[in-house]
Amino acid sequence: MSTTTTEKNNHFQDHLMEHHHEENFFTKYIFTMDHKMIGKQFLITGMFMGIIGVMMSMLFRLEIAYPEQSFPILEFFLGKWAPDGIMDPNMYLALVTIHGTIMVFFVLTAGLSGTFSNLLIPLQIGARDMASGFMNALSYWFFFLSSVIMVASLFVEAGPAASGWTVYPPLSALPQAMPGSGAGMTLWLISMTLFIVGSLLGSLNYIVTVINMRTKGMSMTRLPLTIWAFLVTAILGVLSFPVLLSAALLLMFDRLLGTSFYLSDIFIGGEVLSYSGGSPVLYQHLFWFLGHPEVYIILLPALGISSEVIATNSRKPIFGYRAMVGSILAIAFLSFIVWGHHMFITGMNPFLGSVFTFTTLLIAIPSAVKAFNYITTLWKGNIQFTPAMLFSIALVSTFVTGGLTGVILGDSALDINVHDTYFVVAHFHIVMGLSAIYGMFAGVYHWFPKMYGRMMNKSMGYAHFWLTFITAYGVFFPMHFLGMAGLPRRYYSNTAFPMFDNLADINVLITYFAIIGGAAQLIFIFNFFYSIWRGPKAKQNPWRANSLEWTTPVEHLHGNWPGDVPVVHRWAYDYSKPGAEEDFVPQNVPLAEGEESGH
Amino acid sequence: MSPISIIVLIVLVVLTLVQVMRISEISSEIQKGEDNEVSPKDNNTQGRLMLLVGFGFVISVLVMYVAWGRLSLPEPSSAHGAEIDSLWNLSMLIINIVFFIVQPILFYFAYKYRGKKGTKATYYEHNNRLELFWTVVPALALAVLIIWGLNVWSTLMMPENEEEPILVEVYAQQFNWTVRYSGGDNELGYATVHEIAGANILGVDTQDPASADDIVAKELHLPVGKPIQFAFRAQDVIHSAYFPHFRAQMNCVPGSVTNFQFTPIITTAEIRQNKDVKAHVEEVNEIRTAKGEDVWEFNYVLLCNKICGAAHYNMQMDIIVETQDEFDAWLKEQKTVAETL
Ligand code: HEM
Ligand SMILES: [Cu+2]
Ligand SMILES: [Cu+2]
Repeated sequence: MSTTTTEKNNHFQDHLMEHHHEENFFTKYIFTMDHKMIGKQFLITGMFMGIIGVMMSMLFRLEIAYPEQSFPILEFFLGKWAPDGIMDPNMYLALVTIHGTIMVFFVLTAGLSGTFSNLLIPLQIGARDMASGFMNALSYWFFFLSSVIMVASLFVEAGPAASGWTVYPPLSALPQAMPGSGAGMTLWLISMTLFIVGSLLGSLNYIVTVINMRTKGMSMTRLPLTIWAFLVTAILGVLSFPVLLSAALLLMFDRLLGTSFYLSDIFIGGEVLSYSGGSPVLYQHLFWFLGHPEVYIILLPALGISSEVIATNSRKPIFGYRAMVGSILAIAFLSFIVWGHHMFITGMNPFLGSVFTFTTLLIAIPSAVKAFNYITTLWKGNIQFTPAMLFSIALVSTFVTGGLTGVILGDSALDINVHDTYFVVAHFHIVMGLSAIYGMFAGVYHWFPKMYGRMMNKSMGYAHFWLTFITAYGVFFPMHFLGMAGLPRRYYSNTAFPMFDNLADINVLITYFAIIGGAAQLIFIFNFFYSIWRGPKAKQNPWRANSLEWTTPVEHLHGNWPGDVPVVHRWAYDYSKPGAEEDFVPQNVPLAEGEESGH
Repeated sequence: MSPISIIVLIVLVVLTLVQVMRISEISSEIQKGEDNEVSPKDNNTQGRLMLLVGFGFVISVLVMYVAWGRLSLPEPSSAHGAEIDSLWNLSMLIINIVFFIVQPILFYFAYKYRGKKGTKATYYEHNNRLELFWTVVPALALAVLIIWGLNVWSTLMMPENEEEPILVEVYAQQFNWTVRYSGGDNELGYATVHEIAGANILGVDTQDPASADDIVAKELHLPVGKPIQFAFRAQDVIHSAYFPHFRAQMNCVPGSVTNFQFTPIITTAEIRQNKDVKAHVEEVNEIRTAKGEDVWEFNYVLLCNKICGAAHYNMQMDIIVETQDEFDAWLKEQKTVAETL
């Protein structure tokens, strides 16, 4: 198999030489089929969406810290939704909803997987490009279109979708229930449908590429952990996103065609609606059948990236490679049978609740293995603190902190009292939000030289890291205490309940951290764009890493390698191997005489 | 969002970026020669910062426990609440032990093994024994939590009753709660959205004989020490009936009836004497008087805890737990469905 691939690749190379100069601006930067450029397109689009999502969070944090107070800036941004600078409650919910949607899907799914699967899969497995460049380009364009529609939905008359990023019906199904459930919700559903199509096209492509197009010698057990993570992520996506697609389509039918999949016995706006026989809980089952795997679709690529970055910069092999692969597989499998932990108090059969508690708590075991293996990788390392390494270590910290509270939430008996409170907000932001964002930053800092042929500024990277690390914990850790005081999430204001009055100070504190943390991201954005054009030129292998992407020239070529595709002789983690001269031995270096290869 | 504001914003961002770029261009002229490679000096500073900030974080968590521990809900006011709280405490103990061991180790290793010139990392690929160890230990801890948790869960959800529980309906709509007592027959009359009209906000079927003695109220009164079987309904969207002081919560789902049962064990009058509650009330009233708001008297409340629309944040009902006599007296004052409809 791999021999024929190599031959095909070499043929491809001859083919390239002939057409080399026909590219113009549009084919090179816009309608490109080159995986590296598509990766960059995902990154830039994801960053743009990220800026919108983060800015929204600044606005609603301002509101929640100073409820019902007037801020001209709110009127400036929100217009009629903040008359006299006081935010409308519907707008608060809309901001929370679109913030969640953007961060979960557009930034941490498409922006993370889309960027790094595209950039790294061919480069690290030794392939000239993705299996289908066309499908790959199509995947980006579906994502782009869905982003445009999501942003456009912000401008509709009655406001964007506002029923929470999980858009539970009937709230999301009935325009009478809230203004956001009108045209804004329709656009939300259309946008997500396109998003899913794009994501499926991408995932299929990643799977096919990893399975079929590895270079000679790149057996599955020699794959860098990044590739394992991307592969499993893609499989999760292919198996679970179609279910969300059906959920969204059925919701669309209920909204537009008057079917009753999710609706029954509803009295609203002074009249009884004609729906009967549907179940709102059915939607939740379908949603979370994607929703839980989705959190791993977000997290696994970040874990893959940090495995790579931590091994490289500890100058040590990743500890327990097989256990790391095994735990990725175990987590992926379990993630399909735990979705009910989001629904313990929907009135589901108590026995079912028990089953979901059992399966959910099992996930903690492979998660623990991963955390301990990361830490052991640091042990007796020779740690090089690049900005990417700092973010990867921070990822381990947040993964542990957030994973631990999962043990509480996964226990149905305990979930009763903290479900939908700020305790949950703290949990999932730390374990998923922060870990994945840190993984994404680590990836950008680490592979920037590969993407743009230049280096990002180190000092700005350090400043960005420390400000982010401190403020992010400052934002999310205190939320545990709010949750333990019984404060529900998605409240426009906490002033309606005197029992929460003594939490106001904490909310102000959190907002301060949020604003500083948000501002710190400007350092990153500046560093990113500045370095694209002005950063110092990168060396071919600036981090002295083993994996194949660093054997390609700094200048991008269609087809990646100017000559033959390298042949692989070892795994990606021969760092500081005894007997080797340097503290790294790239994968394409043949075994020395008498050298043993574990992999 | 207003389109003009977006355009203005984008222009502003671009302008600032250009300015910042100019400044840093000048400053990078000055420090030419910096090649962005990580130097041993960087490793030293960053490693130390890891230790400092990492331990700072761990310590600040301790500080938060001390400073904000008092914010947690007071002792549970329901019979099953104590079970939940002990399970909570054990789980918290376990995860905190792990937290306070693992985080310091992580940051310490980052500091201890910071890169130094001339040293080489130890090639250490795997160790099956070690990995087995940290698979088995979490598995054991989790086994305890799972078994205990499932036990608590099933006693909560499938309670065995010595006496017949009192049946109470909690009814949710945007954005308020209504309750219905089942009256002398302890049976709720049939109700459906199709019957909603005028004063009959719950859609009670007046033809159903069981409905005649039902009592509709806007305050939830409960007799202390009696098991209460709640039936939850919603008429428009999903709401969630959240009784934080009773460690109870259940979604109210249009088109179906959900259930939860608990026994209140502390009356409103008693809980107001609880020292944590007193301290809480005092703290809150200090804040409220400073702002010129009414003083607050503690009451149990029912909150809505599932996003349900604009006034979701203010969908509440007072709960009054009282002695059987007080409860009976209150109930007698209320009008039955037969009297009102
Ligand atoms: C130790 C493993 C974990 C356990 C036992 C666990 C358990 C739970 C449970 C039970 C909930 C629902 C709580 C509620 O709604 O009341 C929840 C919420 C959530 N978890 Fe986890 N979790 C774990 C790890 C993760 C990871 C790794 C991620 C992401 C990568 C994640 C992301 C989320 C998200 C996004 C929510 C919120 C969903 C919502 O909006 O309701 N969790 N988790
Ligand atoms: Cu989940
Ligand atoms: Cu509600």
